[in-house]
Amino acid sequence: MADITLDADKVEELKAVCVKFNHDGGELINVLHAAQIIFGYLPAEVQVIVAEGLNVSIAHVYGVVTFYSFFTMTPKGEHPISICMGTACYVRGAEKVLDEFNKLLGTKTGETTPDGKFSVSSLRCVGACGLAPVVTVGEKVYGRVAAADVKGILAEYGA
Amino acid sequence: MANYKNHVLVCSGTGCRASQGEEIVLNLEAEIEKNGLGEEVQVVRTGCFGFCEKGPVVKMIPDNTFYVQVTPEDASDLVSEHLVKGRQVERLLFTDPETKEKVADSKKMGFYKKQIRLALRNCGFINPENIHEYIARDGYAALGKAFTMKPEEVIQEIIDSGLRGRGGGGFPTGLKWDITRKVQAEQKYVVCNADEGDPGAFMDRSILEGDPHSVLESMAINGYCTGATKGLIYIRAEYPLAINRLKIAIEQARELGLLGTDILGSGFDFDVEIRYGAGAFVCGEETSLIHSMEGHRGEPTVKPPFPSESGYKGMPTNVNNVETYANIPVILLEGAKYFASIGTEKSKGTKVFALAGKVNNVGLIEVPMGITLREVIFDIGGGIKDGKKFKSVQTGGPSGGCLTEKHLDIPIDYDNLLASGSMMGSGGMIVMDEDDCMVSVAKFYLDFTVEESCGKCAPCRIGNKRLYEMLDKISEGKATEADLGRLRNLANVIKDTSLCGLGQTSPNPVLSTMDNFRDEYLAHVKDKKCPAGQCKSLLQYVIDAEPCIGCTACVRVCPVDAISGEKKQPHTINQETCIKCGACMDKCKFKAISIQ
Repeated sequence: MADITLDADKVEELKAVCVKFNHDGGELINVLHAAQIIFGYLPAEVQVIVAEGLNVSIAHVYGVVTFYSFFTMTPKGEHPISICMGTACYVRGAEKVLDEFNKLLGTKTGETTPDGKFSVSSLRCVGACGLAPVVTVGEKVYGRVAAADVKGILAEYGA
Repeated sequence: MANYKNHVLVCSGTGCRASQGEEIVLNLEAEIEKNGLGEEVQVVRTGCFGFCEKGPVVKMIPDNTFYVQVTPEDASDLVSEHLVKGRQVERLLFTDPETKEKVADSKKMGFYKKQIRLALRNCGFINPENIHEYIARDGYAALGKAFTMKPEEVIQEIIDSGLRGRGGGGFPTGLKWDITRKVQAEQKYVVCNADEGDPGAFMDRSILEGDPHSVLESMAINGYCTGATKGLIYIRAEYPLAINRLKIAIEQARELGLLGTDILGSGFDFDVEIRYGAGAFVCGEETSLIHSMEGHRGEPTVKPPFPSESGYKGMPTNVNNVETYANIPVILLEGAKYFASIGTEKSKGTKVFALAGKVNNVGLIEVPMGITLREVIFDIGGGIKDGKKFKSVQTGGPSGGCLTEKHLDIPIDYDNLLASGSMMGSGGMIVMDEDDCMVSVAKFYLDFTVEESCGKCAPCRIGNKRLYEMLDKISEGKATEADLGRLRNLANVIKDTSLCGLGQTSPNPVLSTMDNFRDEYLAHVKDKKCPAGQCKSLLQYVIDAEPCIGCTACVRVCPVDAISGEKKQPHTINQETCIKCGACMDKCKFKAISIQ
């Protein structure tokens, strides 16, 4: 694994979070949420800082990070695309939409494009089943998406 | 406080927000200002109305006009016509699909007629970010009433109401509270399980977004009854809007002394904190949830001990689901008798269902227990989309089963659903039509279970993976009839031997589809055909020589050069090379390509 250098300000910010949570190992998940907001993802280097800050083993932190799907160890694209694969979206054709994104971007689900612009992932139900199938790009939600709409959505982000 | 003549309620649930709900609010406010009505009309962002299919929804108070599929551009008409001139904007009214008449009153719509809204009583009615609106609807009165009673009396009322856990298991809520109350401990906890993980279920999110105080109030009542002074809400991180509204609600409740020390002068202390989930379905299981709150991997442990005896940090912990809590104030204020008058013998009250899939009216509904699936799907749901034929309804999410035509007239309650091979679960209800392949559906759920299995016990970790592979073999057309027997055996073993609820129920979608759609499984293994035309490996794309004019459009679009033929002559597809991507069929303007 290539070592990466973390931004010193962000490291300080994360350390402050550990202080705010009283170095309490029971707050690990809350701290990891904060860390992911600060760094965008949770590389090994960040996990080391969290482990030290909360007085728990690195293995414990790693175990928790890999257990929960919300935490990621790879950086997401500038525009993270998530296709809802909840049941309601699935029966209304979400799989075809997912395939179309992967086809147009040349990615596999869970990957980021080489230029770092887009990442494609599937997620389980955003709870907007009335709009199925649902796609989110960053914070924006697209409802009733058909495979034919995918090209247009990507174009909005300069693909 | 300003005395407004009119209120414009705009749905600000996640679904309607995604359809520009916020822009509608801003445009309405601007138009109201422009027309000089700022003093008389108030725009209110409410929780979910439930009728997500026709969202965004805007409702006018006091005349109750219900506008559907509103866009931000409609704001000017709504203000200048409805508010200024007092004329309904006809084009934005709901059209009854049968009579084709416009309906302005939601009570007269098929979608709402059979609903009884107890848990959702305030959703779509009040501004969830304003505690005074909750109080005006008798909010926190149930807590006040509880303080005038002994904890045992409050619990007895809940036992008498017959309320059972709405998160899936259906354990009697009052009994659970009583167990926690009886355990002696220095510190007890009240937990709200808002880790709504069933794909296709969104009632907990809607309640938290639309009426967060009802949950806070009930948690405090639980604390008073059980002796707990700390409440924890475990909520999915994927629900930012619900989290935000909860935070606001907690702040406001603290400011008014409805949370904190010596609540309402009762001497009782209680406060609530939020804990975040991180995307693990198994954390809906209460022991997993507790481990997750403690900062660990969300793996379940064997019960007993039950959390009511030894839960969070080893202390007695009462865990209830969001919808369960939302029912408590109704029981205390209206009485156990009223609540128990609704429903069936063993399932009292109402249940919220998230109706989704191939049904005309997708949305959130609350119906009395004992209603039939037929009433839900056809009367409330408005029947199947695009005039297709009903095939199956899946209840209970990945733990539930697929029911069919013959189950449509069974009264819905915990026990009947279980006896039919499905379960209540948290209330997801996905409707499927003739185009859905039941083997694929079972495979879809297994794929979910395999991904969400925490890996602690072997039957769930390994068994479900093998189940998935067997289903895959069936959908590839490589399985034999003997495989069906093996599939059933393995499914039963996983059910019997898994550690927690996830593994104990994960084979349900497989078993129920095998029982109810045996012919379809047989078609896959014996005839190597997928009757619904979904399993790619069992399909063939074929060109019909008659409509084909030999335009070569399909040849150009085929990624594997599987199509050949002279120009202006009918083409053919080489089945050996075809990868069944369907690109040719999408491209053909002459409808010459079909799936067989």
